[in-house]
Amino acid sequence: MNVVPISYYLVLSAVLFGLGVVGFVFKRNIITIYMAIEVMLNAVNLAFVAFARAHNQLDGLVFVFFVIVVAAAEAAVGLAIVITIAHNRRTLNVEDVNLLKF
Amino acid sequence: MSVPFILFFICAAVAVLGAVLLIVAREPVHSALAVILVMMALAVLYLLLGAEFIAAVQVIVYAGAVMVLFVFVIMLLNAGVEVRTNYSKIAKYVGVPLGFFLLLEVAHWMWRSAIGTTVANGVGAVNSNAVDTAELSKLLFRDYLFPFEVTSILVLIAIVGALVLAKRDE
Repeated sequence: MNVVPISYYLVLSAVLFGLGVVGFVFKRNIITIYMAIEVMLNAVNLAFVAFARAHNQLDGLVFVFFVIVVAAAEAAVGLAIVITIAHNRRTLNVEDVNLLKF
Repeated sequence: MSVPFILFFICAAVAVLGAVLLIVAREPVHSALAVILVMMALAVLYLLLGAEFIAAVQVIVYAGAVMVLFVFVIMLLNAGVEVRTNYSKIAKYVGVPLGFFLLLEVAHWMWRSAIGTTVANGVGAVNSNAVDTAELSKLLFRDYLFPFEVTSILVLIAIVGALVLAKRDE
């Protein structure tokens, strides 16, 4: 056996996704929270590629391509929102942006 | 231990290290560098899985374009050290163990499931196909042509939306 089993990749993907969730919940800087979301998307991409390779279907790779495109669009719009918030509220801390918080 | 195994474990360790650094780093720039570390490690893993095109796109689009955008915004807003707030006691003593439990359970069931027996045919496999990118482009521009075109509209809307949002009205 010369190749890595797919379960290794899937466990790594789960660990990375979990760390992304932890970062999303624990970080207080808006920009860092966006980075945690990017880590989660990357973990999902790894699972897609691993499944595509295991089943010898290339459709998974096409989905990874679309996920990357949507993530790039999301980053552009999200960072524009971050800039607007930073200009209006003079802060990057999410706990200071609580106008809609119950 | 063959070469793919060693490479996999090195890259997995680097990726997990980068994700942990993202969480513990207090400067946003350090977090950005940690995320770039994760993305580069994942690009090597994609190469190991035989997905050359995805690995190249990962490096160019993710580690290149998206993270440069992040670093630009960090510099533009002069983001300093993150303020630590006191978390609630419940989050610390119940949330963290429960989160680890969930992580272990997901990993355990992925390990136990039937898909775990499947072997990923990447580098070092017998039927490692070298025409991967050509097949991928055929699929992308024939079967997935309509989603591909819709994505272009999505990117256009994202550009316009980012411009409208970032515009400072005097």
